[in-house]
Amino acid sequence: MLLNQFLLLAAVLFCVGVYGVIVRKNGVLVLMSVELILNAVNINLIAFSTLWGLAGQVFALFVIAVAAAEVGVGLAIVILIYRNKRSIDIDELDELKG
Amino acid sequence: MSNPLSAFLRDYLTVGIFASLAFVLVGLLLFISWLVRPDRRQAQKYIAYESGVDPVGDMWSQSQVRYYIFALLFVMFDVEAVFIFPWATQLEVFGFFGLIEMTIFIVILLLGLVYAWRKGVLRWV
Amino acid sequence: MTGFVAVLAATEDIPTPDVDWSAIAPNLILMLGGILLLTVVSVVRGRLPGWFHAVWTISVATAAIVAVVPLWQRVQDSGPESVLAGALVLDGFSLVVTATICVSVILAALLLEAYLRRERLGGPEWYVLMLLSASGGVTMATANDLVVVFIGLEILSVAVYVLAAMHRRRVSSQEAGLKYFVLGAFSSAFLLYGIALTYGATGSTNLSRIQAFLADTVITQNALLLGGLAFMLVGFGFKVAVVPFHNWKPDVYQGSPTPVTAFMATAVTAAAFAALLRVYVTTFGPTYRTEWQPLVAALTVLTLVVGAFLAISQTNVKRMLAYSSINHAGFVLLGVLAASAAGDAATLFYLVAYTFMAAGSFAVVAVVGRRGDGHHDLSDYQGLSRSRPGLALVFTILLLSQAGVPLTAGFLAKFYVLAAAVESGYTWLAVLAMLTAVVSAFMYLRIVVTMYFAEPEGEPRRPRIPAAAGLAMGLCVVGVLVIGIVPGPLSDVANDAVSQLVAVGR
Repeated sequence: MLLNQFLLLAAVLFCVGVYGVIVRKNGVLVLMSVELILNAVNINLIAFSTLWGLAGQVFALFVIAVAAAEVGVGLAIVILIYRNKRSIDIDELDELKG
Repeated sequence: MSNPLSAFLRDYLTVGIFASLAFVLVGLLLFISWLVRPDRRQAQKYIAYESGVDPVGDMWSQSQVRYYIFALLFVMFDVEAVFIFPWATQLEVFGFFGLIEMTIFIVILLLGLVYAWRKGVLRWV
Repeated sequence: MTGFVAVLAATEDIPTPDVDWSAIAPNLILMLGGILLLTVVSVVRGRLPGWFHAVWTISVATAAIVAVVPLWQRVQDSGPESVLAGALVLDGFSLVVTATICVSVILAALLLEAYLRRERLGGPEWYVLMLLSASGGVTMATANDLVVVFIGLEILSVAVYVLAAMHRRRVSSQEAGLKYFVLGAFSSAFLLYGIALTYGATGSTNLSRIQAFLADTVITQNALLLGGLAFMLVGFGFKVAVVPFHNWKPDVYQGSPTPVTAFMATAVTAAAFAALLRVYVTTFGPTYRTEWQPLVAALTVLTLVVGAFLAISQTNVKRMLAYSSINHAGFVLLGVLAASAAGDAATLFYLVAYTFMAAGSFAVVAVVGRRGDGHHDLSDYQGLSRSRPGLALVFTILLLSQAGVPLTAGFLAKFYVLAAAVESGYTWLAVLAMLTAVVSAFMYLRIVVTMYFAEPEGEPRRPRIPAAAGLAMGLCVVGVLVIGIVPGPLSDVANDAVSQLVAVGR
């Protein structure tokens, strides 16, 4: 059964994505890391749909669409910040503290 | 050879053969053209070709932010097509129900497009 | 043509769901109201008076509440049912949460009207995003399928990410938007991973089918399912900001435009807790309670304690309220943890009461913040009792309610939650929760004392109170006092609602 390999791949991809979100400072790269996690989920869903039928594949389509919407909004916010601050380094955002 | 794994791998073997064939073919063409072409080196020939004009500026140039909005619109509508394709392949099966659902879906998308149009996003300034 | 029709008749393989339009009416009204507002305003731009957007939004939300009433009757008469091929569930619980979300839309729209006028911002987009976000919240509250939970969550969150960053001139607003976005997307991804694992373990994303599957089957290797439960808990935990997933909340609440903060504190919290409760208590409660309860108990302890203690050390009132909302989240989590009918009713009661308390408090903060939305320091509240006695009184009532003083909504909300927790054998947690309530009462009293007894440096400012904001505050105070003095109707509704909370199969 190949299922385990797929799950392992998804888990590795998930970990890479989480690492990226935590470590990366560049806003766009953080977005890409989130995409990695979502794609890990997609691999999982498709792999499981070999066990349980089509529902997983349909769910994966929804995930793809939602991911596109999310990235669109995220990039818009990053660009807004770039216009105001000339930087997309997340660690340089320090207006809010307490 | 009743192992399902090997059947799975055999499918990939086809891909592998095809890919290596492509590499060999491209390499062969490059090799032949290197063999038959004349070789006269001049300084101008090493300048990057930019429609006959001498190249200006840096290799890295920032693209304008307004491309981003078009890219965004493209991605949105492109991704929504993900839902239309499965419906289109099973058009008859879903019948009128599917038709109504897809009409609602596309109308909502079009309303978004109307908003973008009225906001002046589609005009190139 | 006849051939086409024949093909249509011949291939009825895929079952198409019956669409019960009346059952999803509240959600449809919110969604269509948002989309229509966006389109109509963009087409006839400039020819509508400035108050139109707010009035439209409030009318839409009111219409949605009106649409809830016949559905409530239907559920009371014929019991809960699942609609749209089991994707959504129609029960008392979801209807009460729907109405709560609509109420918070109305309150936030009133605040937003006053706010946009003061900040000289405009546009229908604020209201459109709020309506769409509310429709996402309603989708979450009515979801009977993990896919629908996820889609509702995303509709809800994506709109709020934008709302948080909508104040073009304040960099802190955009910073809040980006922080909320990054952590929100991160948490959605966790939730999604959990959903994928749960799907892998149970073979369905439909909550009723998962419940039935778990009741019938003893899974010997349940690592996948436990992983799924844990990941989903992390995802929901980020959304409702339980400690240790709370770090974004003070920053985001402080940076966002104050009406948006009010919306986040009320609608987003209510929707996220509704989904959390439906997934954990209703779906996994009967079979997997012993697995998740210790985890949630640990989270509850941390949330209660950290929320209360970090709130004391703040000097920014908006941040104080953000930390106090973490403490409140701990109380709601206590109701979820009880995993009983009483616990569900208490959770629902708390969410409704907190909607009025939080929206009212942030309304006061929005007014005191003055032009630029930047005067949120404790010192800005000095002498408020003299310059604006009414405002100070309103804030005092709302803060006392948040602290849980008798005769206010907050007292009963806390009481019901604690009673449910004790009933389910979490006496030690109830005691701890009461102790943290005392700690956070200190924080609320600090604000009250500042308003009434602190000498202002220089001339005390008289913040302008716009009519819309005043109306919102009035509604909140009336809500808090009515629920506090005559709790019968609401607690009856909450109890009726919860008896209906069953995931229904197709």
